[in-house]
Amino acid sequence: MMSQRQIIQVFEQYQKSRMQFVQTIADLAARPINIEILQNAGVMSMLRPLLLDVVPNIQQTAALALGRLADHSDDLAEAVVKEDILPQLVQSLASQNRFYKKAAAFVLRAVAKHSPELAQAVVACGGVDALVLCLEEFDPGVKEAATWALGYIARHNAMLSQSVVDAGAVPLLVLCLLEPEIALKRIAASTLSDICKHTPELAQTVVDTGAIAHLAQMILNPDAKLKRQVFSALSQISKHSVNLAEMVIEAEIFPAALTSLRDQDEYVRKNVATLMREVVKHSPELSQVIINYGALSGVIDYVNDCRGNLRLPGIMMLGYLAAHSENLAMAVIISKGVPQLALCLSEESEHHIKAATVWSIGQIGQHTPEHAKAVATAHLLPKLLELYMDASSSEDLQAKSKKALKSILQKCTYVPGLEPLLYDAPSNILKHVVCQFSKVLPHDSKARRLFVTSGGLKKVQEIEAEPGSALQEHINAINNCFPEELVRYYTPGYSEALLERLDNYQLA
Amino acid sequence: MFCLLRVLSQRRLLEDTRQRENQVATRIQSWFRACKVRAYLSHLHKKAIIIQKTWRGFTARARVRQMVKAAYFIMKMNFYEEMAVRIQRRWRGFFQRKYIHNFYARKSYLQGVAAKNDLLRRELDELKKLQRRERDCLAMVKEQEAKVYQAQRLHHLISTKQCPGVFNSPFRQAPHEMELLLRQVKYQVPTRLAPRGRARPQGIPSPTALSFPGNLGSPWTKTSRTCCSRPVLSPITTKKQQVMTVKVWTMTDRWSVNVLIRFF
Repeated sequence: MMSQRQIIQVFEQYQKSRMQFVQTIADLAARPINIEILQNAGVMSMLRPLLLDVVPNIQQTAALALGRLADHSDDLAEAVVKEDILPQLVQSLASQNRFYKKAAAFVLRAVAKHSPELAQAVVACGGVDALVLCLEEFDPGVKEAATWALGYIARHNAMLSQSVVDAGAVPLLVLCLLEPEIALKRIAASTLSDICKHTPELAQTVVDTGAIAHLAQMILNPDAKLKRQVFSALSQISKHSVNLAEMVIEAEIFPAALTSLRDQDEYVRKNVATLMREVVKHSPELSQVIINYGALSGVIDYVNDCRGNLRLPGIMMLGYLAAHSENLAMAVIISKGVPQLALCLSEESEHHIKAATVWSIGQIGQHTPEHAKAVATAHLLPKLLELYMDASSSEDLQAKSKKALKSILQKCTYVPGLEPLLYDAPSNILKHVVCQFSKVLPHDSKARRLFVTSGGLKKVQEIEAEPGSALQEHINAINNCFPEELVRYYTPGYSEALLERLDNYQLA
Repeated sequence: MFCLLRVLSQRRLLEDTRQRENQVATRIQSWFRACKVRAYLSHLHKKAIIIQKTWRGFTARARVRQMVKAAYFIMKMNFYEEMAVRIQRRWRGFFQRKYIHNFYARKSYLQGVAAKNDLLRRELDELKKLQRRERDCLAMVKEQEAKVYQAQRLHHLISTKQCPGVFNSPFRQAPHEMELLLRQVKYQVPTRLAPRGRARPQGIPSPTALSFPGNLGSPWTKTSRTCCSRPVLSPITTKKQQVMTVKVWTMTDRWSVNVLIRFF
């Protein structure tokens, strides 16, 4: 005979053991080593009924455990989707208390982060609308979890971002930016950045809600991670078109953003450099606006201080600047950009960074002989040639260095810079070098003298060219600048010819 | 009869001579007529020549007058054109040099860019120094707070009149700084079990965090607020720090406002 109390005790015991099970699973799932074992033990099927448990605490902890499991591995996330746990979660998102909402949003985030297909599955069961509803809650923790989940969904591709935007998330995200909690601001900025990065239309939608002004206000916030996200969001907005970039500039972020170029956190610096690159690449007027604040020194110091991939936005910014017009390229030169790029070229070993550096150098040197001289005096021409000839350079690097070398050579009139190239260059580069010599030598007597004494004339005679080709014409033009005896003196085989004459000479 | 024969022979002779005289007469007459006609023709020719001569002179003179006018016109036009070319040349040179490719403007622009670069570099260096100083300051403050907290927890190690404490060994020349701290700090019953750092509500940033368009002095008020009845930190060291920190903050504030103003 069991009294009522004893029967209830049975239930309480069961509940306690369920609670304990779920909490232990949640704690175990926090460590990656245990995940395999848990998966093999079939934890997914155990957790699923606990999600529908009567006791709210157990539900929440079960959801938390599920989220942690899905977070760590791809297969578990797929298992979550396959077992149809998502529709349940989404439904209960609407009704439950805030702890459950946080945990459920965490699960959605963990599932969506692995791949676009999984994110699509989350969207398909109405996850986005439920998350947008969560964004209207008061509790900042819930908003943060929902924003994070939306961010991970929007990250994968334009279609998913579009579905997030269509659910009306963007105005709510902008409101989240204004909240006092730093973590919420960070996540909201990161989500906006993920939405904007895909297409100009999405960026325009975000801008239309007035996000730029709010982002601009947060630039001087001392929190480093927030600044990272803010700058990343601004650069994703401005990268798409001139209008968007102009709107970003009109928000007057510029002198203030330059102070973040010396921030402690290296990713803040990188994102500021990225923002500047995205703005600069559109038009010369925008570049001028940025240069007028003295940004060049900031960027060059930035490139000097950091290493590796972090340098890339700075290098590309210098390249885009120089590409627009010759006085911007001259501004880069006087800010000592060329020695810095030379340093990057020698220090970096990755080919894509070298390719970017080579491209920037080409853009700087291609405008006028002054620019080409600045590049040549930094001894960059032999280096470019070396990169072009090096068999171990990637194709991209070779193509870029060839193009850069050609464009610089066509304007270069600095003879000491051109000379080293006479010796090792292949014929397609050589013809440009010789062409330049044929342009410079007729007018400059000192250069002619130098050319002879340094052995350049000798080398030119040794070049074999097909008669009638452009190379031969240039060689003839060069030979015409010198007296005939000198040319004959340096012709290969001249000593043999002389000796032959001696043999044939008969004393009269 | 004889006279008739003579007349007949005379007539025959005359007949012959008549023929001949007729011929001669015709010839003389034709010759005379020819002379007349020739004279008439040459008269006509001469008159025709006179007419033609006058006419040709007239037309030629008219043509020459026209040619002279045209040449004059062309000379004038050439002159005008040359003057116009001179004016246009001067104008185009001026316009190009002033508006399209102003060498001096470009030179001063590039100098301005270099100057701005240096300015920004200097200001960023100053900013970095200031930030570092602030961070050091904060670190020091934190360290001091940790020491005071330690002193509070170790209040029982204070030396008494009878028995010198751990930090006040009789072999030392002067008491250890911990001993001095212990003497100054007032004991409080610890109200929180967890260390101060974690029990902060989410919204309020930590009191030692700075917000840039800063609240002057408010971090200090916040400290005194969140730490309830906690006493003021040890007077000697903290007063200096307090002054220094406040000075640093005012400097950074002014600086940041200056930076923002200077760039416009």
